[in-house]
Amino acid sequence: MDYALRTHQLSKTYANGVIALKGVDLAIAQGDFYALLGPNGAGKSTVIGILCSLVNKTAGNVEIFGVDIDRDFARAKSFLGVVPQEFNFNIFETPLQIVRNQAGYYGIDRQTALTQAEKYLKLLGLWDKRAERAGELSGGFKRRLMIARALVHEPRLLILDEPTAGVDIEIRRSMWDFLRQINSAGTTIILTTHYLEEAESLCRNIGIINQGTLVENTSMRTLLRQLNVETFVLDLEQPLTVVPASLAHNTHMVDPTTLEIAVDRDDNLNHVYAMLSAADIKVRSMRNKANRLEQLFINLVGQAPGSSK
Amino acid sequence: MNPLQQLIAFVTIVTKEITRFLRIWQQTLVPPAISTLLYFVIFGSLIGKRIGQMDGFDYMDFLVPGLILMSVINASYQNVVGSFFGAKWGKSIEELLVSPTPIVIILLAYITGGVARGALVGLIVTGVSLFFSDLQIHSLAVLFSIVMLTAILFSLCGLMNAIFAKTFDDVSIIPTFVLLPLTYLGGVFYSIHLLPDFWQQVSMANPILYMVNAFRFGFLGISDVSLFVSYGMILFFITCLFIASLYLLARSRGLRA
Repeated sequence: MDYALRTHQLSKTYANGVIALKGVDLAIAQGDFYALLGPNGAGKSTVIGILCSLVNKTAGNVEIFGVDIDRDFARAKSFLGVVPQEFNFNIFETPLQIVRNQAGYYGIDRQTALTQAEKYLKLLGLWDKRAERAGELSGGFKRRLMIARALVHEPRLLILDEPTAGVDIEIRRSMWDFLRQINSAGTTIILTTHYLEEAESLCRNIGIINQGTLVENTSMRTLLRQLNVETFVLDLEQPLTVVPASLAHNTHMVDPTTLEIAVDRDDNLNHVYAMLSAADIKVRSMRNKANRLEQLFINLVGQAPGSSK
Repeated sequence: MNPLQQLIAFVTIVTKEITRFLRIWQQTLVPPAISTLLYFVIFGSLIGKRIGQMDGFDYMDFLVPGLILMSVINASYQNVVGSFFGAKWGKSIEELLVSPTPIVIILLAYITGGVARGALVGLIVTGVSLFFSDLQIHSLAVLFSIVMLTAILFSLCGLMNAIFAKTFDDVSIIPTFVLLPLTYLGGVFYSIHLLPDFWQQVSMANPILYMVNAFRFGFLGISDVSLFVSYGMILFFITCLFIASLYLLARSRGLRA
């Protein structure tokens, strides 16, 4: 298999003694859409920082499209596009200047850089704002600007560190569609996010990192299959005083009109409905209590995504 | 990156740097013209007439080269320290660091940006001085080379300051407490022959003295120090600072974790 990224025993200890990574082995295939998840401080941003040369590794090896960063980091970096977590452009420059200059840093001549900048600013809906100061753009446009900047040299591997943080759901969905398009066009994507719905929706493979160690590295399908129980929340038409005995083993009463019912993966909802009908319980509506991936995430790392240690 | 790509990256950074200081011309180009104008009016026209001659020249003529070079020093220094520290503080320096642009290209481009602003401010101040003095030129080659070398040297000084600076206060400390005293005591306003022997010897340890005197030689053909020693000193400092800057950038001092 051809890999976009391989790390072997990647380790990082910061100057203050904090051990951020403890021998992380990653192998991400070309063309993959890979989610790298973990709670705050788990080491995700350190991995990304090492890949794009903003953090110096302590030990281990990194290969980007087969190029060892210790041998030819400049070439390895030419394959990468990075969308960092924090805004890191000059707020006094315009989107056109920012994107065009970024192309120049990759050795793309001015005319081609302008063409490329126009292409990606248009694709991300920023062309009308090309002459405004970047600092005056809204949060959603700033995020899109960073994506346009990361793509202007058409990288083979795009790294997105929480690209949709703080943007409204409409813009987030449009960014998902855009990311799907460039992934289907052949760009390998590594995504970190606290929105697990985002990872579940977009990514084919997933790595979960916790306390500097990769605790899971598998396909999204395989991981989700590990979830044996799903919990549903039922809103009832009539209030209950007590949970019927036939449902007591898997049902918890939240309040008189709300039940939580745990359903085994091997079980089916028809059976659940039959038991509810037998107990003369009428259900007004039903919803999944938690995102499936979120449940697995909590099982693996013991805390919710986005929470700090 | 091949050499052509490196050249494109270099031109991109230089263009960005020049665009930056031209965009804020009210902060970068006008103040040196005004402050030099005040120097000319106060020290040249008002006080200078009472001073008479210095080393055989009218005080105004003696003063002009020093003031021009002082503005070049300040402009080149301020350009690089301001731009590089600003990029570091706002994290936009990461745009460059994640790219394949070699460190030496980044260094050369920032120096070129500093030299461009230094040279432009030098030209503006020279233009202002024409209202007060009939400039004579003794050696254009010396003038040109000293301006370029001085601007390179102080661009490197500005870069070193920016690399080590952690706050905006750190950016202003060196110009206020080091650069300004060295410039004022570097023979801009007087000939060191006016000083007692001891202070003449102390002044010889000031590198700015050599630049100012070499530059004055370019205009008037007089210097308190040997021209060769001046070039030697400037080149020595440029070499040391270039190597140190390259080393610090390669080690990512203050830039990477």
